Amino acid sequence: MLNGNFEPVIIGFTCNWCSYRAADMAGTARMKYAPNVRLIRLMCSGRLDPTFIFKAFAGGADAVLISGCHPGDCHYIEQNYKALRRFHLMKRVLTQMGMEPGRLKLLWASAAEGAIFASEINKFVEEVRQLGPLNWRVPGEAVSIPTQKTQVEVAA
Amino acid sequence: MSAKPKFAMYWAASCGGCEIAVLNIHEKILDVDANFEVVFWPVAMDAKYKDVEAMEDGSILLTLFNGGIRNDENEHIAKLLRQKSKILVAFGSCANEGCIPGLANFSPIKEIVDTAFSTITTVNPNNIRPQANYDMPEGQIHIPTLYPLLKTLDQVVDVDYYMPGCPPESHQIAAVIDLIIQVLQGKAELPPKGAFIGVGASTVCDDCKRTRDVKKITEFGRIQLHHADPALCLLEQGIPCNGPATRQGCGALCPTAGAQCIGCYGPAEGVVDYGARLVAAYASVIDSKDPAEIDRILDGLVDPAGQFYRFSLAGSLLRGSLTAIRSNGN
Repeated sequence: MLNGNFEPVIIGFTCNWCSYRAADMAGTARMKYAPNVRLIRLMCSGRLDPTFIFKAFAGGADAVLISGCHPGDCHYIEQNYKALRRFHLMKRVLTQMGMEPGRLKLLWASAAEGAIFASEINKFVEEVRQLGPLNWRVPGEAVSIPTQKTQVEVAA
Repeated sequence: MSAKPKFAMYWAASCGGCEIAVLNIHEKILDVDANFEVVFWPVAMDAKYKDVEAMEDGSILLTLFNGGIRNDENEHIAKLLRQKSKILVAFGSCANEGCIPGLANFSPIKEIVDTAFSTITTVNPNNIRPQANYDMPEGQIHIPTLYPLLKTLDQVVDVDYYMPGCPPESHQIAAVIDLIIQVLQGKAELPPKGAFIGVGASTVCDDCKRTRDVKKITEFGRIQLHHADPALCLLEQGIPCNGPATRQGCGALCPTAGAQCIGCYGPAEGVVDYGARLVAAYASVIDSKDPAEIDRILDGLVDPAGQFYRFSLAGSLLRGSLTAIRSNGN
C-alpha cells in the first residue's frame, strides 16, 4: 500500500524529564522535523498504560512512539525499565494480532539529545510511510471508546 | 391471564452454560416461577419469535440475555427483546465481552468456515458450504448470515445491567433474583442503570487466599509443567494468572483449586481494556532490565494475545485481530 500522499498519524508519548525536554530542545534550536508525530507528555514513561497505546491504534493512529530517559537515567529511578518490558510484551501481542512490529517504536532520549530526537522521528515517519495506513477499524462501525461503567455490589 | 411480571431469557452465540447456571440455583427457581410468568426461554419452553413480536413494547419486565451477537438472527432478537423489555441484562461473559465465541475475532470468517467444514474432523467430500439463501421445492429457506466480527450485546443495543461470568456463579444469580423480587415487593430499589450486578467491587486477587510477597518473575511457565506451591501466589511462581485484572465475583474458585485465573469474570472496575491491563501487570513484574533477557522470559508466554483476551476480545478496544478486520472488510 504505497501511497505518495499518505501522511502517517503517529502518537508519541514522552516523559517530562528527558524525552519531552529533548523535543523542547529540538524546538528551541529550530530544528526541522516531520510534523506527523503528536506528542503527549507524561510524567514518566513508566506511567504509560498499555491502554493508551491500544486506544491510539483503535482510534486511527498509524504508529506509536514511546520515549523516555536512557536506562539508568530515570527521574523515578527505574520506571523506564517498566516501559521497556511493557514495550516488548505489547509488541508481541500486537504482532500476534496482525500488526507490523515496526509500528511501535521505543526511543531513549536525554534532555540534551534534541538533534537525535528530531532525526529519529524523521526516520520513524519514513518507515511508517513505507508500511502504509494501519486502518485498525471495524467495518461499518464508528470507533467508540468505552467509558468506565459504574459498579454496584449486589452479592459478594 | 396472569398478572405476574414477565420474564424472558435468550441465548445468542453461547454454549448453554448460562442456562445451566440459572437452573443451578436449585429450589430458588421456584421463586422465579412464583414471582414471574416465563414468556420466552428457548432452552426451557416452547415459544416462537412471532409470539415475542406480538407482545406489547416494554411488556417483559426482566430479560436475561446471554450470548454474543454472531449473526443477523442474534441481532434481530437482541433488538426485539430490547424493545419488549423494561430491564435488559447482559448476562454472562459472551453478552458482556464476547467470551470464547469472541475468539473468532482473531480469524477471518473464511478461515473459520474452512476449519469447520473442510478439516479432518469433518466428513464433507464435496466441500459443501452453508448458503445464506437456498431454493427448495417448497420455497426459499434462509439461515442466519455470519457477521465479520462477533459483537457484544451493548455494541448492538442499550443494556440496563451487566452480569459477567462464564457462567455467572449460581449464588450470585440467586442474590440478583432475590433483589429483583424485593424490588417487586417494594422492599428494595434497583441499582442505577449501567451497573454491574452479582459481582464484587475489586479483583479476583482480593478473594484469593494465596500469599502474595514480592513479585519478581524470572521465568514464565505453563501450570502443568510446574509443581506449584499451593500457598503462594501463582503469578509470583511464573504461572500466568489473570487475577490482577479480573473482576471479583467468583470467590477465586480457580486459584483456590490450584489452577490459574483465566479471566471469565471480565475486566475489573476501572479497567478499560482487559488485555492492556494484563500487559501492564505481567510486564511490570519481570525481573530484568536487559532487552535480550526480557525477551527470553517473555518466550515463556506461549500465546500472549490468547492469554490476555481469552474472554474479552470482542469487547476490547481493538475488537479483533487486524487480519480478521482487514479480510472481513466490506
